[in-house]
Amino acid sequence: MIPSLPRPVWLRASTALYVAAFLAFLFLPLVVVAVFAFNDAPYPAPPWRGVTLDWFFGNAATGRVGLFQDGELLASIGTSCVVAAWVTVLSVGVGLANAFLLERARFPGKRLLSVLMLAPLVIPGVILGISILAFASRLADFGEDLLGWDLDFLRPGLTLVVLGQFSFIATVATLTLAARLRRFDRTLEEAALNLGATRAAVLRTILLPYLRPALFGSAAVSFLMSFADFNTTLMLVGNDAPLTVMMYGRMREGATPVLNAVSLLLMVVSGALALALIRRRR
Amino acid sequence: MSAADLVADGVVKRFAEHTAVDSLSFSVEHGGFFSILGPSGCGKTTLLRMIAGFVTPDAGDIAIGGRSMRGVAPNRRPVNMVFQQLALFPMMNVGENVAYGLARRGIARAERTRRSLAMLERVGLAHAAHKRVDELSGGQRQRVAIARSLVLEPTLLLLDEPLGALDLKLREHMKIELKQLQAAFGTTFVYITHDQSEALVLSDRVAVMNGGRFEQVGTPQELYYRPRTPFVAAFVGANNRIPGRATIRDGERVEVTTDDGWSIRAHAEGAIAVGDRVEAFVRPEVAALARDAGDLPPDAVAHRGRVTSVLFDGANSTVLVAEERTAREIRIALPQTGRFADLKPGESVLFSFDPARAACFQARASEAAAAHG
Amino acid sequence: MAERATGRIGAGIGLALLLAPALLWITLLIVLPHVDLAILSFRERVGARQYAPSLAQYATFFREPLYWHVFLRTAVMSVLATALTLLVSFPIAWVIAKIARGRSGSFLFVACLVPFWVSETVRTLGWMILLRQSGVLPALLVRLGLTAAPPELLYHDATILLGLVYTSMLFMLIPLVSSLESLDDSLIEAAYDLGAGGGTILRTIVVPHAAPGITAGCIIVFMLTLGNYLTPTLLGGKNSQWFTEQIYTQFITRFNWEQGAAFGFLLLALSTALVILGLRATGQRFGEVMQRS
Repeated sequence: MIPSLPRPVWLRASTALYVAAFLAFLFLPLVVVAVFAFNDAPYPAPPWRGVTLDWFFGNAATGRVGLFQDGELLASIGTSCVVAAWVTVLSVGVGLANAFLLERARFPGKRLLSVLMLAPLVIPGVILGISILAFASRLADFGEDLLGWDLDFLRPGLTLVVLGQFSFIATVATLTLAARLRRFDRTLEEAALNLGATRAAVLRTILLPYLRPALFGSAAVSFLMSFADFNTTLMLVGNDAPLTVMMYGRMREGATPVLNAVSLLLMVVSGALALALIRRRR
Repeated sequence: MSAADLVADGVVKRFAEHTAVDSLSFSVEHGGFFSILGPSGCGKTTLLRMIAGFVTPDAGDIAIGGRSMRGVAPNRRPVNMVFQQLALFPMMNVGENVAYGLARRGIARAERTRRSLAMLERVGLAHAAHKRVDELSGGQRQRVAIARSLVLEPTLLLLDEPLGALDLKLREHMKIELKQLQAAFGTTFVYITHDQSEALVLSDRVAVMNGGRFEQVGTPQELYYRPRTPFVAAFVGANNRIPGRATIRDGERVEVTTDDGWSIRAHAEGAIAVGDRVEAFVRPEVAALARDAGDLPPDAVAHRGRVTSVLFDGANSTVLVAEERTAREIRIALPQTGRFADLKPGESVLFSFDPARAACFQARASEAAAAHG
Repeated sequence: MAERATGRIGAGIGLALLLAPALLWITLLIVLPHVDLAILSFRERVGARQYAPSLAQYATFFREPLYWHVFLRTAVMSVLATALTLLVSFPIAWVIAKIARGRSGSFLFVACLVPFWVSETVRTLGWMILLRQSGVLPALLVRLGLTAAPPELLYHDATILLGLVYTSMLFMLIPLVSSLESLDDSLIEAAYDLGAGGGTILRTIVVPHAAPGITAGCIIVFMLTLGNYLTPTLLGGKNSQWFTEQIYTQFITRFNWEQGAAFGFLLLALSTALVILGLRATGQRFGEVMQRS
C-alpha cells in the first residue's frame, strides 16, 4: 500500500526484491548483447575468451568483418535512416495538422474521422503491411494495364516501407501533438490577439513555441519507431533491406557478434536521444 | 464633461436559449474608472468580451474612442485587456511579454526594449525584465499583465476580475495599487468583478448588472446610500431584507408589516400603495443598539429583541438579534466604542433605526431572493 | 466559443487545408487498402488472371485443421501473454506511481522505458544469446551443477510467452502508471480509515479507478502480441506456429494473396472482436481508452 499507511517489513522487503528482479529482467538481454559485442569468439556465446574490438573495426585481414567494414550492414543502417527521416517528417507534419483539426476545427464527420485516426493502433502491423502492399500493387497494375504507366514506386520497396510505417506512426504523432494542444490555455491566444497579433503571428509566436517540446518529442518517437519497425516493413520491403530486416535475416542464420556490435551502437544512440529528450522536458 | 471613450448603444447578445446581454446602452467618459459589478452569470463577461471583440453583438453598436467597432477584429481595436488568469506568455520572459504588443506593431527591437523597460520601471519591476514569468509572485505577475497592456497606450483598458485569483491580503494591497496606477496613467479602465468591495473601493462609477441589464449606474456612494432597486440594495453592501406589506403610507414614509405582524417604518422608493407587497432594507450600521430605552435616539421607535449570536470580526463585528415577538432575525453592527463588548447571547436588548435611512421597494420577489441567496 | 472575424471563405480554405492530409492518410493508407484486402479475400482464381467472387479462401481455412489450430493457438497464447504482462507490470506501476516518490519514482519509470527505445530485434537477440543451448543461461545451469548437459531453452511455448511479455511490458506500464497516478492517495487512506484491508482496497478502490488504464494496456498489448511476427519466429523457431507466419507464407512465399488476405481478415476480426469484448466487459469507449494510452 501507499507509504502513508503502515507497511509490514516483509511487504517492504518483497517490494524491493520484486523491483530489483524486474529491473534485472528488463536489462539482462541488453547487457548480454552489449557484453558479447566484445567477446573474442566467432559466435556471441559463452565461454568468455577475452576482449576484442574486431566486431567493430575488424576487416578481411583479421578474418573477421567488423561493423565498420560490413558494407551490407552499413548500407542497411543508411537505408533505415533515410526511411526514418521521411517517416518523421511526414508523421510530424500530418500529426501537427491533425492536432489542429481535432482540437480546433468543427466539421461534420469529425467523430468518425477521429476514431479512424486511432484505428492504426489496433490493426496488427502485419495486416497494415499486406493491405498496403495489395492496394499499391492493384494501383500499379491498373496504371500499367490501362494507362501504360510504369508505377514502380508502388511495387515493394522503400516508398512503400515509408508509407506503411507512416500509416501508423502518424497516429502516435497526432496523439502526442493533440494532447499537448488540448492543454493549451486559449486565453493566451486571446491575449496575443488583444495585444495586436495577427493569426499568423499568434501561430508563430505563441502556438508553435508552446508545441515545440511535443514536436521534438513526437519527432524522436517517430524516428525511433520507424527505425525499430519490423512487422509492417517486412511485408513491404524490396531489395534494399532496412536494418531490422537485415538483422532478422542474419539472426535466423546464426550470426557473428557483428550484430551485437551494431546493436550496441543502436543502444548508445537511442539512449543518448532518450536522455536528451528527458533533459529537455525538465 | 470630457468625451466618452466607450459608448454602447442597444447592445444585445443571445446564446442558445438565454439573453446574456439585453439591449444595454451606456457610456464611459475619458479617464474614468468604470466597474461592472454583478453576480456570476449576469452577462458581465460577455459584455467585456464584446468590447474586446472576442464576441460579436447580435444587435447594437459599440464605439471606442468615438469610432464604431462593428466589423473590427480584436487585434485591431484600441483596447487591451488584463485577463482573469492574466494569460502571461510562459514561453517568454517578463521583458518579452511587455514588448509583445510593440513587436506586433513592427516597432524596432531597440525601441521596443527601451519602452518595455520604461514601462516596467513605472510599475516597479525594472529588475525583473529577464525573469521567467513563473518566477514572479502573484502581485508582480499582476503588474506585468497591466504593464503589457498599458505599454500600448490603449484608449481603454479592460480588466476581467484580475484580483480573483489572489489571496485576501494581496487582494487588499492590489486594490490600492490598481487605483494608484489608474490615477498615474489616466487611462480609462473598465473593470468587471463580482466583489462589491473591489467595485466600491476602486471605481468612479459602478454599474450593477443583473440578468443582462444594468440595475443602476452611479457613484459607489449613490449605490450604497441610495439603491434604486431591491437587487442593488441586497447586492451592494450588507443589508437586512424585511419582506412584508405596506400598511400605512405617509408622504415619503411607509409602514411595512411583515406577515407575522412586526411593523417597521422605512423610506419609500418609487410608487408604493397601501396593500402592496414590499421589501424593506435596513443596513446593519443604520440600526442602533441599546440596553435602556433612554440610550436610543429620543423620537425613534424602539424594538425589543434577544441576542442570538455575537459575530465578532474586529471593526466589522455584528450581532444577530431576534425580534421579541416574531423571532425574526436582524443583523446589527456593534459600535466601535466597545460599549457592547460584553454582550452575550440570550441578553435582551433594544434597537431602533432612522426610517429615512431604510429603503422600501415594491417587491420583485424572485430577483431580490436571488441576490440575497 | 469565441467568434472570429475571419471571413467564412478563409475559414473554409483553412479547414480544407487541415483536412486534406488527414483524409489522404486515412483514405489511401487505411480505408481503401483494407477494402481492397476484403475484396481480395472474397475471390478465387479461376484461370490465368481470371477471378470469380467466392468464399473458397475462408472455406480452406476452416477445412484445413493446421490453419485454424494455429489461429486458435495464437489467440490463446496472446490472451495468456496479455494477462501475464498485466500481472508482471501492475506491481511495478504501483511502485512507480505510489511508493517511489519524486526523483526515485521518475528514475524508475525512465529505467523501465529505456530498454524500449532499442528495437525489438536487438532485445530478441539478447534473449537468444541468453537462452539457446550454447547460450549464457544453459552454461550457467551446467556450471551450477543443476543439469549435466546444457538444456535448450529456446523453441518452447514458455520462451515465446516470455519474449512476448518482455516486448509488450512498456505498453502496459504507461497507461497503468498514468491511471494510478491520477488516483488520489486520500481515497486509499479513507478506505483504510474505514476499516478496509489491502485486498479490499485493491478490489474496491484501486482497480475500479485504474480500469480505463488496465483496459487500454490490455487492448494494446493483446493487439501487438497477436500481430507479432519477430518474437514468435525467432524465439519459437519452427515450433512457433504463429498465425502471422501463415499470412507471411501465403503472401510472400507462396504468392497466394487471396488466401493471405483472408487470413489477414480473420486475424483482424479476431483482434477487433476481442477489443470490443474487452471494452464491453469493462463498459468503456474506444476513443476514451485510446486517449489515455
